[in-house]
Amino acid sequence: MTAAAYHDEYPSQANSYLRDGHSLWSWLASTDHKRIAILYAISITLFFFVGAVAIAIVRVELVNPNGQFISDDTYNKLFTLHGIVMVWFFLIPSIPNTFGNFLLPLMIGAPDVAFPRLNLFSWYLNIAGGLFTLYAVVAGGVDTGWTFYTPFSTMFSNSHVLAAAAGVFVAGFGSIATGVNFIVTVHMLRTRGMIWFRLPLFVWSLYATSLVLVLATPVLAVTLLLVIAERWFGFPIFDPTHGGDPLLFQHLFWFYSHPAVYIMILPAMGVVTEVITCFARRRVFGYTFMVYAMVAIAGIGFFVWGHHMFVSGQSPYASLIFSFLSFVVAVPSAIKVCNWTATLYRGQITFEAPMLYALGFIGLFTVGGLTGLFLASIPIDVQVHDTYFVVAHFHYIMVGGSVSAFFAALHFWWPKITGKLYDEAWARFAAILMFFGFNFTFFPQFLLGYLGNPRRYHVYPPEFQVYHVMSSTGASVLAAAYLLPPIYLIWSLLYGKRSGDNPWGATGLEWTTQSPPPTHNFLAPPSIETGPYEYHEKGEAPEAGLRLPHPAQSEPR
Amino acid sequence: MSAAALREPWTRLSRQREAATFGMWVFLTSELLFFSGMILIYAACRYLQPAGFLAAARETNVWFGTINTMVLLTSSFAMAVAAQAGDAKLRRLAIACLAATVALGLAFLTIKGFEYREDIHEHLLPGAGFAIATPGAQLFFSVYWVMTGVHAIHLSIGIALVGRLILETARRELPLSSPEIQATALYWHLVDVIWIILYPLLYLGGRS
Repeated sequence: MTAAAYHDEYPSQANSYLRDGHSLWSWLASTDHKRIAILYAISITLFFFVGAVAIAIVRVELVNPNGQFISDDTYNKLFTLHGIVMVWFFLIPSIPNTFGNFLLPLMIGAPDVAFPRLNLFSWYLNIAGGLFTLYAVVAGGVDTGWTFYTPFSTMFSNSHVLAAAAGVFVAGFGSIATGVNFIVTVHMLRTRGMIWFRLPLFVWSLYATSLVLVLATPVLAVTLLLVIAERWFGFPIFDPTHGGDPLLFQHLFWFYSHPAVYIMILPAMGVVTEVITCFARRRVFGYTFMVYAMVAIAGIGFFVWGHHMFVSGQSPYASLIFSFLSFVVAVPSAIKVCNWTATLYRGQITFEAPMLYALGFIGLFTVGGLTGLFLASIPIDVQVHDTYFVVAHFHYIMVGGSVSAFFAALHFWWPKITGKLYDEAWARFAAILMFFGFNFTFFPQFLLGYLGNPRRYHVYPPEFQVYHVMSSTGASVLAAAYLLPPIYLIWSLLYGKRSGDNPWGATGLEWTTQSPPPTHNFLAPPSIETGPYEYHEKGEAPEAGLRLPHPAQSEPR
Repeated sequence: MSAAALREPWTRLSRQREAATFGMWVFLTSELLFFSGMILIYAACRYLQPAGFLAAARETNVWFGTINTMVLLTSSFAMAVAAQAGDAKLRRLAIACLAATVALGLAFLTIKGFEYREDIHEHLLPGAGFAIATPGAQLFFSVYWVMTGVHAIHLSIGIALVGRLILETARRELPLSSPEIQATALYWHLVDVIWIILYPLLYLGGRS
């Protein structure tokens, strides 16, 4: 192809995806992965605030040992709502469906995902599921906890279990569609030179996540289907009076729901890798190990579900094996933490807001992971099972880990998504406030649980009040920190400075195209010759003062 | 002709076909786990209640089940011929075989409907007034209704998909080289394979 023909075929400039149609319909019927990502971002933000309001009421209620405003029933319904909405309508779709959707094709140099219409369909499935669930709330709520444990959910609960379970069932097919789409996209749409071991680690993390989505979600679907069959048609599958086994439900439920934890944390790990390498100006330490660690987490994650059932009456030999495997899955997670730390070593570290979130992630994820080892050892689990210790542990992973990484990603790629720069000072303030508020909320819960306060109870003995008051105070700080980013980010949309294509001086194909990217991502199909994270020559750390420039940021830092 | 089948983001039809079949295989893996969950429940319940399962399995209608197995296997054969005919650009044969697939699929559902009517008539629907007193028999029939019901839903989706292929191929909106025919064929075969597993589990137990 001659140079002239090349220029004829590929334009030198194109409209950004934001300018490609302005009507509501041009968004709701768009098959552009970037617009679908924005649709997801809007819907999960709404769900996030629904779940947050529910738990805010719970935290206010728990200031007083005997409760003060709401009935026991309402209390049960509120924490159930919080769990269901946060797990299935915020955390599971959070990073994969927003940033994953937006960035996966950009990072591998593709014009879109493999099946754009399926991608849009998955959003509608997610919304349909969400509406079912919200209907359950409006109609009177669900009181089973997010886990839908039988026989309570099938035989005794008088709340709207059917609608909620149906909602999660429908949303699950949206997850499967996304997983299929991502797997095929990574296999089939990598651009010239993008071999597997040149993929950015965020792409690897999405690939590992997709494997879990495709293999675990159908098992949840069938489990909920059986709960629906038992409640609706009276099929006694989990009913012990007819010879059924309620414990069977727990096995099937956790066969999905433990891997689901990795659906939430793997993309977060990918995000943190991108952010840390950029703001430390370092190649990632041990790229291949990072890849295998993520694939190992996704794989081993399927064989640890029994650690949720140490006190459910399962065989002690099963408990022994599940305990051992739960320790094994900690190994690749530890490899990742060590490699992030080693990446920082001799780096030229700067503390922009995304970096603050990413560093916060490492600390909080480590605390969450290590307390996970406490819970994986049977003697300690027997002591702290179903106490606030468990609540604190998984919030350190899901909020301290996933949500921190979500905010890291939001700030890191905001200039790429919108073309605008946010206010760095406010963003740093929000990041620090969030870290502080988070620890203030959840660290007291470790103590509470260790002292024996069970979770999910409306009332508690008065000697625990001081910890509950601390936790609730922390939660209000956390709430304030969550309200800040929407304000200054919307402000930046209206009044922010233009960011340029690559404000952070980051590597990666997504930074080589316009900000915001044109509809088909690249004006010409890119090709690459090197791996990701080329921040310095191989084998030597960057010298002080020789950092790659940050083109859009003129002021010295 | 082939340009009509090409969709974004693909630049070559061969690549798009490969992606469509690969995507369908990934989805079928997911479907396999969906049914595996049910088969696991069958296995666990049978382990817990062996006597009830054998007593109940004797009551399923093995004639309906066997005829349906043959109907579905034949439909899969028609589907396979249709896919090959599409590749070989034999339009008439492809459409005829797709139509035969839909007809056999509908026949399966009709026979299944008669079987369900018989089952309800014999009080084999779990709940009050259930026909078999052996403990665990209700469990077997719970699994029976869920498994065959979910399978029937899958088959109905398959019939709708193949029906759409017929319409679009006949109106020449869909070229024979379109990857949709191959992908739909894969789905159809999965629904058939699932039935081949369900048939011995549900109809052949307790009848030696």
